[in-house]
Amino acid sequence: MTSLFKKVSKISLGVVTALGILSAVTTPAMAQGERFVMIYHSPDSDSWWNTVKNGVNVAAEQMNVTVDIRNPTTGDLADMARIVQQATASNPDGIFVTIADYDVLSGPITDAVDKGIPVITINSGTHEQSEKLGALLHVGQPEYDAGFGAGKRAKSKGVTSFVCVNHYITNPASIERCQGYADALGVDLGTQMIDSGTDPTEIKNKVIAFLRANPDTNGILTLGPTSAHATLAALEEIGRAGDIHYGTFDLSGEIAKAVKSGVIAFAIDQQPYLQGYLPVVILTNLARYGVLPSGHINSGPGFVVKDNIALVEKYAGEYR
Amino acid sequence: MASDVKKSAAPPEDERVKEMSRFSKALIRPELGAITGAILVFMFFLAVARDTGMFSPEGAMTWSTVSAQFIIIAVGACLLMIAGEFDLSVGSMIGFAGIVIAITSVSWGWPVWLSIMTAFFLAMSIGALNGYIVIKTGLPSFIVSLAFLYILRGLTIFGAIATTRRTIIGGVREAAEGDWLAPLFGGTILTGSFQWLADIGLLDTFSRGSREGQPIVDGIPMLIVWAVGLIVFGHILLTRTRFGNWIYASGGDAQAARYAGVPVNRVKILMFMFTAFCATVFATAQVMEFGSAAADRGLLKEFEAIISVVIGGALLTGGYGSVIGAALGALIFGVVQQGLFFAGVESSLFRVFLGIILLLAVILNTYIRRMITGEK
Repeated sequence: MTSLFKKVSKISLGVVTALGILSAVTTPAMAQGERFVMIYHSPDSDSWWNTVKNGVNVAAEQMNVTVDIRNPTTGDLADMARIVQQATASNPDGIFVTIADYDVLSGPITDAVDKGIPVITINSGTHEQSEKLGALLHVGQPEYDAGFGAGKRAKSKGVTSFVCVNHYITNPASIERCQGYADALGVDLGTQMIDSGTDPTEIKNKVIAFLRANPDTNGILTLGPTSAHATLAALEEIGRAGDIHYGTFDLSGEIAKAVKSGVIAFAIDQQPYLQGYLPVVILTNLARYGVLPSGHINSGPGFVVKDNIALVEKYAGEYR
Repeated sequence: MASDVKKSAAPPEDERVKEMSRFSKALIRPELGAITGAILVFMFFLAVARDTGMFSPEGAMTWSTVSAQFIIIAVGACLLMIAGEFDLSVGSMIGFAGIVIAITSVSWGWPVWLSIMTAFFLAMSIGALNGYIVIKTGLPSFIVSLAFLYILRGLTIFGAIATTRRTIIGGVREAAEGDWLAPLFGGTILTGSFQWLADIGLLDTFSRGSREGQPIVDGIPMLIVWAVGLIVFGHILLTRTRFGNWIYASGGDAQAARYAGVPVNRVKILMFMFTAFCATVFATAQVMEFGSAAADRGLLKEFEAIISVVIGGALLTGGYGSVIGAALGALIFGVVQQGLFFAGVESSLFRVFLGIILLLAVILNTYIRRMITGEK
């Protein structure tokens, strides 16, 4: 009996020590007291958020504040709602959160607002949704408008039939991008949006298959590096790189290179760095001095083309 | 010579073995369901999508490549499953191995051959650790490898961000230029023969764009070569060697196998290492082809591997299955996935069709097996 007790106490002591070490590692030194929480919707493995996180880290260092970055590990939005509730319960000095799905998140976010926590919405979601939730402002890129802008550029280059390579079809924003593009061209979206999945080999071969089955396609829109890189490889393989008008959302080293060589006509930069950087700065200044910009902030769309690529390329994937 | 044939044609009768006609003997194969399924799937697409270019050289190359990818991980998963274990960390292992190659070669400037070998070494060590923990603790491999699914994915993301502040690391293609090992994974073979086929007019050439005049299919990608190589290796190992019998025995009844002197622990650990090897082949080929590694590569691949194996007629409980079957399962999976695009199925419905066809394949498979073996 005593030995069992000893064993149990030994184990629990070990667990407690381990937890202590863990918490010492995860809690950075307290700065000037302010603590903010950023919550976003993508699974751990989504590479795009890295730039936002870099923005958060730079701002947190400059402002001398702590920012906890939280997300549902698998991208499950129900988990995300739970995380928002947890964050609210921890009484931070401010929360900035993506409106990945208005219906799922409106309850928890409104609760945070009603509790008196300053909330800024970032990235996904519209200005109207942000206002309805009672958030201070929205920092992001209106998705439909960005897609529409891309479509206008494509139309001026004579695009009449296109394929929208969607690697994240479960996100409503992704469909709005394709829809905006189609509307600007004045054609029906129909089957021109393909659900490509996320595996590069599969995306590449699906694009080849689509172009093979629809040979009159003369425009391509990809929704981010995941689909863009594989589509580049596909065009390379069938020898149509530079032949088809090709626009993409977001930036990466490889996309920048393709813009330079003329294979990609433009990359739409929503400047995610700002979506991480600005909320921290705004919330800090609000907490310290009570100042707040009025109105929403459009971090994008910025169009990256051959002429302005130099600076962008240097920091692609890191700060751009 | 003639007497030899006579001898082998009339082996001594063994009264313990039930007599069976040669026909039904030929039918009792794990891969029979998969063969039937594959024929049905091809017939379906031949009927629906024959004129869309799905069966042109270029179209065939798209579904062959995708299938080859599934085959590579399915062969590993198949041998492991026959040995009675699962590995759910395959997908995370793919991401991990890719990032290891990219970090060591691009960020640290190692020669690419050394990076690739390091990735194989690390992956197979982790595979061995996986197996060792399963053997030592007696826990289901389902749980142990599930833990590694998270550990490896987490390490991959952490490693990529800590060293480069990015989760997609590019520049591998430039680093791999002139390397002797990289073409073994990312290159193509028989480019000369394909050019020759095009020259004599048997193969179409590009009529526009940057590659005008070149054949539309310029060679067999190494991904396909690896897939075929692994099938041959796995099939011979399983059916022609003593080690193959040990694999079946370990999965059928581990305790009975131990009594019979089969080194069950060694077999299982080696199979975990082989699965990790296959995942690394997958990862390396993909990194070399696309020139970049990303922390989110390989998501859900462990389930796609297991699905291929089950379509191929293996039992989830171990001890029964075949490499050929698993490869056919992977082929069905790849052909269905690509074929739906050629058939012009509404894109958002393609997962529905995929699920239905997979379900049908497995049901057909099980039904045929029960019918033949008389098992209930």
